[in-house]
Amino acid sequence: MHELPVTQGMLSIALEHANKAHATRITDINLVIGELSGIVDDSVQFYFDFISQGTPAEGAVLHFERIPAQFRCRECQATFSPTNRNWVCPQCGQWKVEIVAGREFYVESIEVE
Amino acid sequence: MKIPIVENILSTNDRLAAENERTLEASGVLAVNIMSAPGAGKTSLIGSTIKALRNHTRIGVIEGDVASRVDADFIESLGVPVVQINTGGTCHLDANMVQLALAQLPLNALDVLLIENVGNLICPTDFALGETLKVMISSVPEGDDKPYKYPAMFAVVDAVVVNKVDLVPHVEFGMEGFRKLVEGLNPDVQFFEVSCRSGEGVQGWLDWLLSKVTKAPSHSTM
Repeated sequence: MHELPVTQGMLSIALEHANKAHATRITDINLVIGELSGIVDDSVQFYFDFISQGTPAEGAVLHFERIPAQFRCRECQATFSPTNRNWVCPQCGQWKVEIVAGREFYVESIEVE
Repeated sequence: MKIPIVENILSTNDRLAAENERTLEASGVLAVNIMSAPGAGKTSLIGSTIKALRNHTRIGVIEGDVASRVDADFIESLGVPVVQINTGGTCHLDANMVQLALAQLPLNALDVLLIENVGNLICPTDFALGETLKVMISSVPEGDDKPYKYPAMFAVVDAVVVNKVDLVPHVEFGMEGFRKLVEGLNPDVQFFEVSCRSGEGVQGWLDWLLSKVTKAPSHSTM
């Protein structure tokens, strides 16, 4: 629900790094986004196409690597993917979980010319 | 050519949040980010807290809403400093908005700053404000399945306040199962069952909040 500020943040990170590398054009931006982060890919691309106009990132393609949610059992340390209404550890049957993946939210790399 | 980066998209917000944290620490203010779905009782809990503590604790409030001054007017009527932030459509407060609000508050004359976030269980989780504590209100009519739907929020807060417990006899809400889910995600969480309407259970919340205030009590008498 907050794709515009997120897209602005992403664009400024990409531009800053491209500038440091003296690149003239950004062709691709690789993003890693966790399932629990609440970001809609299409919506980010939509804003990006708009706000990148006139910058070296204009026309860049966004690639979203989606990371599924993963929990770790605090009792036996087993990791597992939560299913709809079942967060019980498949190994020991306990119900004590820690979110270890699914909250990622970063620019992994960019491709420049 | 590929340039590796690995930089959090919200790093600008995180930098501003760290500045806010330093500002608040320098003034010895306990800042509490209060989050919930719309209508869970953020303003009610803030109102109850102010009424109970205002004679011996100096409280300030930041009110975050998409639009209107309704909440700020209510808080002002209780006689404490308040800044209204209208986000104009944005679904959460961010560190920049809070930084602007902090500049309008008499921080050295405050012990506690209550920050009412925009009603939303998703986005506020990702935006640090520089707060000392994160508190979430989950109200009984929302249902006892909310930890399944918003695990990230339940996992990061220091306290969960279950509001509207006076409605438990009228709706299906399994408190024991709910608490088990919450504590399964967040073993260190403080758990309070309250009714802002009747006042039931509010004292437990107040005692915990006061135990976190860092300023010497002599600063805050009268």
